[in-house]
Amino acid sequence: MTFINYASREINCKIVYYGPGLCGKTTNLQYIYDSTAPQAKGKLISLATETDRTLFFDFMPLELGTVRGFKTRFHLYTVPGQVFYDASRKLILKGVDGVVFVADSQEERMDANVESLYNLEENLKAQGYDLMAIPYVLQLNKRDLPNITPVDDLVTELQRKGEPVLEAVASKGTGVFDTLKAVAKQVLTELRKS
Amino acid sequence: MAETPIVIQEQQYQKIKFVLGKLHQESTARVVFLVDKDGQPIAVHGDVGDIDTTSLASLAAGNVAATGGMAKLIGEREFPTLSHEGEKEHIHICIIGRVLLVVVFDERSSLGLVKLRVKQVSAEVATIFEEVMRETMKRKQDRNEFFSEITDEDIDSLFN
Repeated sequence: MTFINYASREINCKIVYYGPGLCGKTTNLQYIYDSTAPQAKGKLISLATETDRTLFFDFMPLELGTVRGFKTRFHLYTVPGQVFYDASRKLILKGVDGVVFVADSQEERMDANVESLYNLEENLKAQGYDLMAIPYVLQLNKRDLPNITPVDDLVTELQRKGEPVLEAVASKGTGVFDTLKAVAKQVLTELRKS
Repeated sequence: MAETPIVIQEQQYQKIKFVLGKLHQESTARVVFLVDKDGQPIAVHGDVGDIDTTSLASLAAGNVAATGGMAKLIGEREFPTLSHEGEKEHIHICIIGRVLLVVVFDERSSLGLVKLRVKQVSAEVATIFEEVMRETMKRKQDRNEFFSEITDEDIDSLFN
């Protein structure tokens, strides 16, 4: 839920990166963190297992700039992708303003993508949101790997409402900021419209 | 977006700061935070030192959300307070409606004193936030006018 503080002149929004396990959600955030100037970011918090799998969430605050005298800050979160962490995913979606679905382009991960997308829709519904009504972007990650599904096939299976679809190689940073910009723009535009 | 943004006006913010200042003094805490349940920091009073307030707010909210999940599994609505004891620094969290009061204290205070003072200001915090929600709905028109002034160029300029 967007939080506007007239006293400190800040607009705060929450964006959640969602997707199946090992699809690149944390990698997206890590790249954003590593590439952002120190004055525009806070700490990157990663609550992870000993094998670096996200256990609860990753979080980093990002300051994009000023709009009409208001600092715009985006709080970026990732959810744990492994199937059995569903209870945690539900909690992290609370108060979301925009969602990025990170799909794993590898052929053998198509079922996992579909299952995770269905899970996203269900968990949003449980929190009172409708995927068709919130700012939403689809990222097709790992486009550099050899055994990947063609973009058109991924779009056919995963695109839900004509949302922007961005190709990415998060490990190299390709498409990471384009994805962030796309969802952030939607969030601010939606704020203006509402 | 599914929900109306929450808006805090200057006057309400000053009221919140006053209450936090009072709590900070009366509980001899090190620092007192008010945090939105979704993880947004709202206000802080005291000796922040090296504490990353944004991270603390997010983690406090995650903590409350996780323990709230556990509470529901055992048939409780939520755990209204949480306390964490360290070697030198401790944290006490109290849920007040949709906000969290987070108190960091050390050997200059005690959990009992912190709990008592937090309880004493809870009603005041709840009242301020009821006012915040009322004003948020009442001033929707003003806010709509402000945001309708934001142009595509304003948004684009954030990403250049």
